[in-house]
Amino acid sequence: MSFHQIIEGYKDFHIPAYLSKVSAGEVKAALQKDFLKPQDFLTLLSPAAAEHLEAMAQKAHQLTLQHFGRVIQLFTPLYLSNFCVNRCLYCNFNSGNAIGRRKLDAQEIRAEAKAIAATGLKQILLLTGDVPGKAAVDYLIEAVTLVREYFTSIGIEVNPMGVDDYRRLAQAGVDSMTIYQEVYNQAVYDSLHLSGPKKDYHWRLNAPERACQARLRTVNIGALLGLHHWPTEAFFTGLHASYLQNKYLDTEINISLPRIKSGPVGYQPQSPVSDAELVQILLALRLFMPRSGITLSTREPAELRNHLVPLGITRMSAGVNTAVGGHIDGHSDDGQFRISDERSVDEVQQMLISKGYQPVTQDWHHIAG
Amino acid sequence: MDKLIIGGRELKNRLFIGSGKFADESLIGPIVAQTGVEVITVALRRVDLSGGKENILNYIPKDCVLLPNTSGARNAEEAVRIARLAQAAGCGNWVKIEVISDNKYLLPDNNETIKATRILAEEGFVVLPYMHPDLYAAKELERAGAAAVMPLGAPIGTNRGLKTKEIVRILIEECELPVIVDAGIGKPSEAAEAMEMGAAAVLVNTAIATAGNPTMMANAFSQAVQAGRQAFLAQPGETTEYARASSPLTGFLRS
Repeated sequence: MSFHQIIEGYKDFHIPAYLSKVSAGEVKAALQKDFLKPQDFLTLLSPAAAEHLEAMAQKAHQLTLQHFGRVIQLFTPLYLSNFCVNRCLYCNFNSGNAIGRRKLDAQEIRAEAKAIAATGLKQILLLTGDVPGKAAVDYLIEAVTLVREYFTSIGIEVNPMGVDDYRRLAQAGVDSMTIYQEVYNQAVYDSLHLSGPKKDYHWRLNAPERACQARLRTVNIGALLGLHHWPTEAFFTGLHASYLQNKYLDTEINISLPRIKSGPVGYQPQSPVSDAELVQILLALRLFMPRSGITLSTREPAELRNHLVPLGITRMSAGVNTAVGGHIDGHSDDGQFRISDERSVDEVQQMLISKGYQPVTQDWHHIAG
Repeated sequence: MDKLIIGGRELKNRLFIGSGKFADESLIGPIVAQTGVEVITVALRRVDLSGGKENILNYIPKDCVLLPNTSGARNAEEAVRIARLAQAAGCGNWVKIEVISDNKYLLPDNNETIKATRILAEEGFVVLPYMHPDLYAAKELERAGAAAVMPLGAPIGTNRGLKTKEIVRILIEECELPVIVDAGIGKPSEAAEAMEMGAAAVLVNTAIATAGNPTMMANAFSQAVQAGRQAFLAQPGETTEYARASSPLTGFLRS
C-alpha cells in the first residue's frame, strides 16, 4: 500500500468533526497507552487535548529522555544555490520573485564549508532551489565531495529525485535527506504551487520513500505548518512518518516542524499556528513516534526554542544563514526565509548546557567503502 | 579474589557504563572515581577522529577499558568498518558489536551480529556482541570467537528491567562465555537481580545518565552489582513455595 492510499482512506472521514467530539476521557486514555494507534494520535491533536498539554509534556519529556538522553544534535544549513524553476507562493526563491540569484562555485563552496566548520559543527545540510536534471545532481555530488573533508554527516534538502540519483548521492557521502511535503491536502497543494515540476504532488509525496529505497540512513519529513488546517497536516505528517518507519525499519525517520509565519511580499499563511498549537503538535508527535528524531529550525525565536528543548526536540539548527554565500559574505539578504533565532553556534551550545543538555555536533562518520 | 577476566584483562568492577546520554560528559570522571567502574562504552559515531577540542575520549579516564561500540551499523559490513575505524583511531582492540536495523525498537540483529563477530574476532578484536537473548545465537557467537555475550534485559532505553530473565538464566547456565546483561536495566535492584542469577556483569547507560543525580545513581548501581555478585557467590539457600513440614510425609519409611 502506498502512502497516498492511506491518505485516500481518510477521504470520507471528517477530521475536524472527529476532533470537535473528542472527550477529556479519550485524551486521558490515549495518554495511558505505550503504543498509540493513529486514532489516539489524532485524539491528541484535538481541542480537548489542548487542555492536557502539561500531562502530554511530562510524558513527552520522559520518553525523549529515555530514548535520546540529555542530548541535542546541532547542525546548520549551507545554501548552495537559490536558482529555482518553481513558483511557490510562500517561498522567497519563487522563480517569479526579483531576488539576487546566485550559485556557489567550487571555491565558494569550500570557503563556506570552512567558515561553518570553524564554528565546530560537523553536521551539514546542503540546500538548493529546485532545478531538476542531471547537471543539478552532478553539481550536488561535486558539492558533497568538496564538503566531505569538513563534515562527518551530510544531508541534502533539494528537489525530489529518483532512487538512482539518491543512490549516487549516498555513494558520494550523503547520509540523510530532508523533504517537506509542505502541505498534504492535495487541493491546497495545487493552489500554492503555481507552476514548475513541484506541481507534481505525487512525485514529491513519494520522494521520502525513494530515499529509503536508496538506503539513505536518515529521512526527514514535515509539513510547512501554517499552509492548511494544522491538526490535519500534523496528523498526516505523523502517519507518513509511521508508514515509512514501518516499511523501512532500517532507515531513521525524523520529523521537522517548520512553521511559516510570513512569506514573500503579498503572501500571508492562511492557517496560522500559535505557539500553544505548535507545542501540541510537537508533543502529540513525540507520543506517537517515541523514537523519531524531531528537528526545530531557526524559524522559531530564541526564547521559544529554549522552552521547547525539553519537550521532545532532538535536533536544532544553529548559526544559521539562509542566504547563498551568507557565511562568507556575512549578509542574509535574499534568504529562503527569515530566521528568528540569530544566535551563533556557541550561544546555542551555551543555552543547551545551561538547561542541562549536551550539545552534540557529531553523530556519524563516513564509512562507505 | 573474585575477578572477571575478559580479553586477558582482569576486571574487579562488574558494572560497565555507557556514555551517550549524559547532559555533561565531564560527569564520567567523578563517576569512575567514586565507583571504580573500569569499562566504559563509547559510540564511535560520536568520537571526533580529527582530534577536535570537544572529544568524548578526553573524558574517559586513562586506566579504564574503552569499549567502542558500533552504534549506527545496520549490517555486519558496517559494524566491521566502524570497528576498524575505532582501532585505527587508537581506541584499542575491544569492540561492542551493535547491529541494529530496526529503528522502531532498536532490537539487535543476531544474524548480522554473528557475522561481524566472526570477522572481527579473527582480526584479533576482543568482541562483546550485544544480542537478543537466544541460546542458538549465543552458542554461535561463542563459536565465532566472542569474548562475552551481552543479551538485552529489555528494549534499550526503556528502563523496564530484566524482562528477558528466563532466557538470560538459560544463557548463564549454558554458555561458557561471561554473560553481561546490557540494555533495559532501570533500577539498581534489577542489576542486583541479574547478578544474583550469575550474570558476569551488567552494562547500564540510560538509568544512570538520565537520573536526577547520575553520580549518586552510579554509586547505587555499583553497590547493587557488588551485592548481587556476593549473593551469587554465597550460594543462596533454596527458595520454596511451601513450608517445611515438621512431620514429613515420608517419615514412616525411616521408622
